[in-house]
Amino acid sequence: MSKKKILIVDDDTDMIEQTKAYLESIGYSVFEAYSQKEAEELIEQGEFDAAVVDLMLENPDSGFVLSSKIKKKFPQKPVIMITSVGKETGIFFDKRNDTGNWIKADVVIQKDLRFEQLEKELEKLLEKK
Amino acid sequence: MNRITLNVLVVDDEQGMTSGAERCLRRFIAKDENIKDEISFAVSTASSGKEALDFLEKNNVDIMLLDYKLPDMNGIEILEKVSDKKILTIVITAFASLDVAITATKKGAFDFLAKPFTPEELRNSVRKAATSIYSMRMLKILEEEKKSIRFEFISVLAHELKSPISAVEGYLKLIDERIKGNDVSAYDTMIKRSIERLNSMRKLIIDIIDLTKLESNRKVRNIERINLAQSVKSIIDGFENQAKERNIKIITDIKDVFINADAGDIEMLVSNMVSNGIKYNKDGGEVKIIVDSEGEFTKLIFSDTGIGIKQEDLDKLFKEFVRIKNEQTRTIEGSGLGLSIVKKIVDFYDGKINIESEFGKGTSFTLYLKSKPPCD
Ligand SMILES: Nc1ncnc2c1ncn2[C@@H]1O[C@H](COP(=O)(O)OP(=O)(O)OP(=O)(O)O)[C@@H](O)[C@H]1O
Ligand SMILES: [Mg+2]
Repeated sequence: MSKKKILIVDDDTDMIEQTKAYLESIGYSVFEAYSQKEAEELIEQGEFDAAVVDLMLENPDSGFVLSSKIKKKFPQKPVIMITSVGKETGIFFDKRNDTGNWIKADVVIQKDLRFEQLEKELEKLLEKK
Repeated sequence: MNRITLNVLVVDDEQGMTSGAERCLRRFIAKDENIKDEISFAVSTASSGKEALDFLEKNNVDIMLLDYKLPDMNGIEILEKVSDKKILTIVITAFASLDVAITATKKGAFDFLAKPFTPEELRNSVRKAATSIYSMRMLKILEEEKKSIRFEFISVLAHELKSPISAVEGYLKLIDERIKGNDVSAYDTMIKRSIERLNSMRKLIIDIIDLTKLESNRKVRNIERINLAQSVKSIIDGFENQAKERNIKIITDIKDVFINADAGDIEMLVSNMVSNGIKYNKDGGEVKIIVDSEGEFTKLIFSDTGIGIKQEDLDKLFKEFVRIKNEQTRTIEGSGLGLSIVKKIVDFYDGKINIESEFGKGTSFTLYLKSKPPCD
């Protein structure tokens, strides 16, 4: 079975390096993008099975935009959005209270991100498919 | 300009007095060179001590015009009863005896008016009280602002210190779990990044110390005549390796210029500017340093063929912790304090900074400094 490909989008070099090392250690192959712009090109090419996007990149809503772009083009591909907005502002984005369904990502994970949690969510979402 | 209304209570058993004072203040607007706003007055009256105390119980009063002799109590008693309130009391008395004045002052009276007084004298005294209240309020606002700026600074600083710790901790955990197997070389990037993050954290701490010293004026300076040509050249030499690594050429056009300055200031200023010129350059680029004089100023120009700065970002550069985020700057480490330090030093030497930049092409900073009188 070929490895599942994960696209990670984050402007924090260390976060990417660490997430990548972790995901590779559990058998995924990882592509990274450091900005919304870079990510948009990779999304266009569509070479990924799931995406993990940070909310705030060069724009404060980059993660929302990217999630909805991915879902528009590939409705089946799972998207996980990572955010620390909750910790900093006390406003938590959550699928459960998103009645307008404007968060297109499948799951929102709050920072500080634990890799085990990311692993579980990815597993669940990729299995469902 | 804002309109501020202060509440005045006039306490006197003579009806003529209270209504006179009321008339006198009703349309009065206190102006003073120290007051940026317009202060007007809302006047209430009381004709006995008891009435005054009842009123003060229920209402906010800023200034009280208090007749010393009331039918039911004297002024001192009332002053004592309201001593815990922040009211400026102007005591009105017919017999301006020294005794009364001293006791009343001890009890917290702000000013005296001897009966009979002209409307002008009344207004002057009220204006004095209003100015005092106004400056106290302004001072309080300023202090609140200071506190909130300090709070903001410390929150950002805490965040800036926390983030390298989290990054290094993250790497160590992964290394600890042998996430990439047992071959040590697999961890090269992780180790290198950890060292980089720790180094820039150390630099952040040193920058913070420099910046606080500059800000608090605690920095001990030794102003001496410095040959800029010599000192600038030797500071630049320290950057040779860093420049060579990225194949960046440092070009100089340095005249023999002398300035009365602290050598440490010059070192901080030049090294921050050269460091930026190299850091935000492209591989194979150029940094040019010109030292010259222009009128009473010493002029230093640092120009580079680097990534440039967008017009809309230029204004932010000198604020603490500001770093421009884009694809070009993503991997460049820094604390965003370098230019704040430079600005503080330039201000100390009564200078100014001009920036010209074209995004993608390069940037040129021109710094003007004035000589300081030498220390004796
Ligand atoms: N020569 C330059 N060319 C392009 N951008 C620059 C240049 N100098 C400064 N900048 C921009 O201005 C920001 C602030 O510069 P500053 O020197 O204050 O901080 P820093 O270099 O990020 O960190 P530090 O100097 O404290 O290590 C930088 O992050 C960079 O984006
Ligand atoms: Mg700098």
